[in-house]
Amino acid sequence: MKARGKFVIGSAIIVATLLFLAYVGFTQSKTYYHTISELSTLQGSALHQRMRVSGDVRAGSIAHVDGRVNFVLEENGKSLPVSYVGTDPLPDTFKDGAQALVEGRLTPQGEFVAQEVQAKCASKYQATPPGAAGASSAPTPSTAISRPGQS
Amino acid sequence: MDIFGSFALLLALLAAVYAFVAGIFGIITRRTLLTKSAQHAGMAVFGLVTLAVASLEYFFFTNDFSLAYVAEHSNSALPWFYKFAALWSGQEGSLLWWSWLLSIYAFLALFLNRKRHPELMPYVGVTLAGVQIFFLILNNFVAAPFKVLGSMDPAGAMHVARISEGSGLNPLLQYPEMVIHPPMLYLGYTGFTIPFAFALAALLGRYPGEKWIHITRRWTMVAWCFQGIGVLLGAHWAYAVLGWGGYWAWDPVENAALLPWITGTAFLHSVMMQEKRGMMKIWNVWLVFVTFMLCILGTFLTRAGIVNSVHAFAESSIGGWFVGFLAIVLVVCLAAWYKNRDYLRADNQLDSLVSRESSFLFNNLILLAACFATLWGTLFPVLSEWVTGAKISVGPPFFNKVNVPIALLLLFLTGVGPLLAWRKTSFDALKRNFAWPLAIGVAAGIVAFVFGFRDLYALVCLILSVFVALTIFAEFFRGARVIASRDHANLLSAVGELTMRNTRRYGGYVVHFGMVLIFIGISGTAFKQDLQKEMNIGDRLSIGPYTILCQNFDQLQNDNYQSERATLEVFKNGRSTMMLYPERRFYLASKVTATMVAIESSPLRDLYVVYAGQSPDTGKPVIHAYINPLVKWIWFGGIVVVLGTGLAMFPDRRTALVLRGATEKAWSGASAAGSPAVGAAMQRSGGDD
Repeated sequence: MKARGKFVIGSAIIVATLLFLAYVGFTQSKTYYHTISELSTLQGSALHQRMRVSGDVRAGSIAHVDGRVNFVLEENGKSLPVSYVGTDPLPDTFKDGAQALVEGRLTPQGEFVAQEVQAKCASKYQATPPGAAGASSAPTPSTAISRPGQS
Repeated sequence: MDIFGSFALLLALLAAVYAFVAGIFGIITRRTLLTKSAQHAGMAVFGLVTLAVASLEYFFFTNDFSLAYVAEHSNSALPWFYKFAALWSGQEGSLLWWSWLLSIYAFLALFLNRKRHPELMPYVGVTLAGVQIFFLILNNFVAAPFKVLGSMDPAGAMHVARISEGSGLNPLLQYPEMVIHPPMLYLGYTGFTIPFAFALAALLGRYPGEKWIHITRRWTMVAWCFQGIGVLLGAHWAYAVLGWGGYWAWDPVENAALLPWITGTAFLHSVMMQEKRGMMKIWNVWLVFVTFMLCILGTFLTRAGIVNSVHAFAESSIGGWFVGFLAIVLVVCLAAWYKNRDYLRADNQLDSLVSRESSFLFNNLILLAACFATLWGTLFPVLSEWVTGAKISVGPPFFNKVNVPIALLLLFLTGVGPLLAWRKTSFDALKRNFAWPLAIGVAAGIVAFVFGFRDLYALVCLILSVFVALTIFAEFFRGARVIASRDHANLLSAVGELTMRNTRRYGGYVVHFGMVLIFIGISGTAFKQDLQKEMNIGDRLSIGPYTILCQNFDQLQNDNYQSERATLEVFKNGRSTMMLYPERRFYLASKVTATMVAIESSPLRDLYVVYAGQSPDTGKPVIHAYINPLVKWIWFGGIVVVLGTGLAMFPDRRTALVLRGATEKAWSGASAAGSPAVGAAMQRSGGDD
């Protein structure tokens, strides 16, 4: 039974250390997801957290100024000016109309300063659903005919 | 052909349902004929899904874009191997691919064991059929690959649309590895279904002893090995294609693929406790259950895109199906365990903290901690949204902070564990086995420190790597020396003889050695450099020992893409050593730009050069260069791991021991002299499989 006790103590030390490290790592890297419309309702410390916001890049809004890239994200009619200050080149998929996910902080002026930008081409990899507006050059299926065994 | 494929899938579902229902009735009524027919139906699923896969491939190869899936994922100018791989580039196809790989495994498991384990196989068949039913339901009704494109004529009647060209395969997937990475990963994901089915079957059927572990040992290793290959190929793809200079970002889909591999690793180790000492029975059963559930979760995360990920190429609403299936699996596992928990009572207790058992326990504890932390971090956005309403994600610092120390502890155990004796190890034995390797490891660390290594983790990793590698070599050397002196053979052939005599043990050492190489490769991250510069023709950029001279920019075009290319001459220590050609390609069918990285790889470091396009401010081309030390060790270590796994699956060569009675004396002499390697090899020579 002694061996069992020692094993339990050893495990407890390991687990406690890992929990501590996990906590430190968590506080360093936690990032809040917000929608653009939520940003205006944030108050207090929530305004200064690291956050991620996603939206569509407004067509024609991308401007390169002094090493920064400024653009506007849109979602459900709300818009957010973003300034990308990171050093990595923007992804190839980042262009007008693309879905973008920006990570960074909000300035008191309401501009979003992004250190990271991820982008996904909105309509390329999935066929545009019927009726949805998409800039896809893909042959848009108007509908799909059902076959036996399919819904 | 689309109707043909649809019907094949529908029949496959019916066959699986029959295998499931008839299998259960066969078990209840104990009618052998019914059980047999259920198993035959289970095998027939393989043939039917194969027909469906073949018919979908037929569409891809004949450029028949009347099928929505083909139109979305292919175009006529696509090279043939990418047309083949386009099958699994989207959701419908990859779920079909899942079903097909699973049906292969299920067929093999049922066919190879058709004359064996008559008490166990009916349960196995039912479990496999249950899993197949789930995926075939998805294939048939939720994500059907055989939908044709339709168009409406002015009169309002539907016609099959005639489209002459597809919208092309995602350029990120147009890379040779994408032809093999998904099959490998999916062979891992699906492969864990077999040990799961046997474990559940043994529990439900209260099958005596540890036999299910013996039966599934090789199956587990196959799945584990494929999963590992899949993860590494994925990392290599991310490195070579995504152009951000790294290979691992703790992305949800990467994590999802890693998790079953981690629990699978824990399982491969802890089964030894059950085989040798009759301990950890409940633990092992649950490890297999959890591994299988993580495989389903991994498929779900990849496919459903509930967490933002660069890899989630196909997002969809099938999440609910997966959550439902996971819930059913969990309930079945819990019920089976609760009902038969008395059957899993342990035969032995832990005797000493310094023993093989406890090293396995620690190994399992920290592997599970790594798994839990990674899972927690991956699902945190979802969990936090459920609990607090705020969606919070955690980044690489979280994963690294937890997993790096865990990995180093594991590396330590990799060196220590195999040399500890079962039950209890004396201090003398510890000193004999570990004093020199540890001393040399620390010496290597001191030398590295003097030469300017200052990163703590990299330094610890170096010390441990040297230590573990030396203990492994010492094991081979000790065993081989005994054989060499007995047979008067040379040491090298003695190493071969020793390995073949206990492939499991020595194959395992080779796997451990491969892992050491991977660790060394990963520790190189600490010394990474990068530099970005706008360059005109004739400009130079210096990074590490290299100087890059920009010679030319030109354009290329073919049917599939047009590309801008930089021609760079690389000088090392003032001498011209090579040319690099990083590109930016614009794919015509999908109208997407993609980066082609140029990598010059050497054992010591990779020079990784990205052509990042023209600077929007000045119009000058931008070159981003990285120095990634030791990355090649990771890929090479992966190959060693695969070879070692293959070795461990070989049957032992045992005849030598049986035929030559005289050797017994030499062996017992050696083990009395206290060489744990040979002693353990002796004890085990009869025990495995």
